[in-house]
Amino acid sequence: MSFDRTQIEEGVREVLEEALGVDAEDVKPTSTLTGDLGAESIDFLDIQFRLEKKFSTPAKPFKIEQGELFPENMLQDASMVENGKVTDKGFTLLKAKLPHIDFSNFEKDRSVGKLGEVFTVKSLTDFVDNKLKA
Amino acid sequence: MRWMWIDMMVAFEPGHRLTAVKNVSLAEDHLHDHFADQPIMPASLMLEGMAQTAGVLVGSTRGFKEKVILAKIGSATIDADVIPGQTIRYDAVIERVDESGASTKGTISCFDHRTGVWTDIGSTEIVFSHIDNNRSGLNFPKENFVFGENFKRLLNAAGLSQVMTAAGVTGP
Repeated sequence: MSFDRTQIEEGVREVLEEALGVDAEDVKPTSTLTGDLGAESIDFLDIQFRLEKKFSTPAKPFKIEQGELFPENMLQDASMVENGKVTDKGFTLLKAKLPHIDFSNFEKDRSVGKLGEVFTVKSLTDFVDNKLKA
Repeated sequence: MRWMWIDMMVAFEPGHRLTAVKNVSLAEDHLHDHFADQPIMPASLMLEGMAQTAGVLVGSTRGFKEKVILAKIGSATIDADVIPGQTIRYDAVIERVDESGASTKGTISCFDHRTGVWTDIGSTEIVFSHIDNNRSGLNFPKENFVFGENFKRLLNAAGLSQVMTAAGVTGP
């Protein structure tokens, strides 16, 4: 069994409805997980597990490695953040580790507090789509 | 032992399933207020019993080396009251476990000694976090404060410490 783009969008929406207790109509491609849908850090683990379950098939398990979808503890490293902003080194690493994320808005001021806003419904869908094709 | 909400672990399949039971007694203080005229086991404490069962199961998968903390109750339904004299069974199954945590599913059942029948009365989805691998990068004490003496006694009493040792799982 393979998933087309519409099935992936539906699957991601169902995962977010279940994990965050939000209504289907609130889950739009541009919705941010933390800002619009109210996700907190612990929800990311739940979302990861639910995506794996949703998109695994007996023939092809869908396994997301730690740090592959969301950044792990890298921003605790002092060389990655300076005065509340992601450094050049940190930004390069973020882009390398999270190629499914569109950083164009974040790049303007790189405030750590705004990092959560880069995770949108579309970025999750793109991540799943790319990973399933790989 | 005031906050042990399981009496005995009764079945263990390493890495997969742990089942525990609790006998509900009229001698338990909290039932006198919940409620005076009609004592019933609080649903919140049944959730705690399930969380303890599932938490031990998650801890066992990594030899009790991780500090396993309840992160999120994804869903919980309990459809029937449990009264003194009845027995509750918590059946926890691991869905997924990795470096950062685990997700579990649980079934809560009730045994009525008058009829001799087990009835499923609830279900849970609980996510646990391994807090030393938490996303926020916070540091916690080195000693494992989650799996202490009380859990060790329970495991010993149930004969599960030997089962776990045989399965290559280090006891708490």
